[in-house]
Amino acid sequence: MLTRLALTTPRLTRGFAAAAATGGVSKFSLPDLSFAPGALEPFISAQIMEIHHAKHHQTYVNNLNIAIEKLEEAVHKKDAAAVLALNSAINFNYGGHVNHTIFWKNLAPQSQGGGDLQKGALQAALTKQFGSLDSFITNFNGQAAAVQGSGWGWLVYNKTTKSLEIATTSNQDPILGHRVPLLGIDVWEHAYYLQYKNVRPDYLKNIWNVVNWKDVSERYLAASQ
Amino acid sequence: MLSKSAQAVKNAAHENSSKMTYTLEALPYAQDALAPHISAETLDFHYGKHHAGYVTRLNSLIASSDLKSLSIEEITAKGPTNVPAGIYNSAAQTYNHTFYWKSLAPAATRQAAPSQKLNDLIVKSFGSFDAFKTKFSDVAAGHFGSGWAWLVQDKSSGLLKIVDTHDAVSVVHDTTVKPILVCDVWEHAYYIDYRNLRPKYIESWWSLVNWQFAESNLI
Ligand SMILES: [Fe+2]
Ligand SMILES: [Fe+2]
Ligand SMILES: [Fe+2]
Repeated sequence: MLTRLALTTPRLTRGFAAAAATGGVSKFSLPDLSFAPGALEPFISAQIMEIHHAKHHQTYVNNLNIAIEKLEEAVHKKDAAAVLALNSAINFNYGGHVNHTIFWKNLAPQSQGGGDLQKGALQAALTKQFGSLDSFITNFNGQAAAVQGSGWGWLVYNKTTKSLEIATTSNQDPILGHRVPLLGIDVWEHAYYLQYKNVRPDYLKNIWNVVNWKDVSERYLAASQ
Repeated sequence: MLSKSAQAVKNAAHENSSKMTYTLEALPYAQDALAPHISAETLDFHYGKHHAGYVTRLNSLIASSDLKSLSIEEITAKGPTNVPAGIYNSAAQTYNHTFYWKSLAPAATRQAAPSQKLNDLIVKSFGSFDAFKTKFSDVAAGHFGSGWAWLVQDKSSGLLKIVDTHDAVSVVHDTTVKPILVCDVWEHAYYIDYRNLRPKYIESWWSLVNWQFAESNLI
């Protein structure tokens, strides 16, 4: 985790610094949910969805915009030390914004196809890679349940090996580089505590009922093209 | 020669000492004693499930480890990089939570402010009590993800300072400092009572600080 942070953080900030130097980064804003907060019940409660989207995600967006404003100021003043000091806040809040934006799209109520993986390229690749959808889920849940503290479980497409992988990240570290995120499951306590309390494995077991496989498949097709 | 029952007692005692098990230290107050700042429901889960869960996990992982002759504090003091991750995490989380419960006291019966001696050291270390409070609150609120905010005493200068540690990581492996107080900033510490509002929980933490415990930890 430390090595990855050391590698990715400066790259992220360099990108923002360059954008800030060449006329500014546009403000980020909270994307709408494409379903009602209660639509994922009984698997994820309306209360969790409301707070998670309108409070937690909004806070990442707000703090990202504040950090970028400070970054633009630091770049404008050519203050390298101040640019560097903003690294962790940008990594955390940008990651928080990007990860949650993917997460909302990765979910859908059952009435809109949630939990239903249709036959097709992704289903074939998952079966080839993991034996079956069930063994993929078992493997994924094992790794996501074991994330220490706050973080995410991911299904990613590795562009180098051209294969699917299960990955985990700490805190709000985003998936970057040659790995493309297809499906992210938030395992911060705020994602499940009001309903599942300390029992993260039960949350992980239930969430597959509302995974938007259509969205995951589209991401897979785009990444593997 | 020992009577039959004395022999049985001796055997049981021997069995206990050879099969090392760690136990969950009792809460120093009733589960509802921190309300309304921290609810009985939070303590029910935080102490009864999270803290207890770390002890259970430690016992199951330690069975096949040569670390089992060590105390929880001794395992934690080895640090996160010198012990298998599962054992370190569950030992350190057991230690950190025990220290956290002791860092708090029921608002009605606690000593409401630090003693003159501790207050003098706070002022010497941070400029003023308010500056200390602001700095500690900022570190606790600003910690990215799960972790702990600590007040520690530097063993060489004798001054107090504030540090934060990530996830399960403790401060006891850092031989240059001594822990004085701790605030748990994992979401489970405040989610039932305050939802996403970590700063509100930290405000409550200040209403519960056990200043006598803090002073008893000074070098
Ligand atoms: Fe972490
Ligand atoms: Fe989240
Ligand atoms: Fe905790």
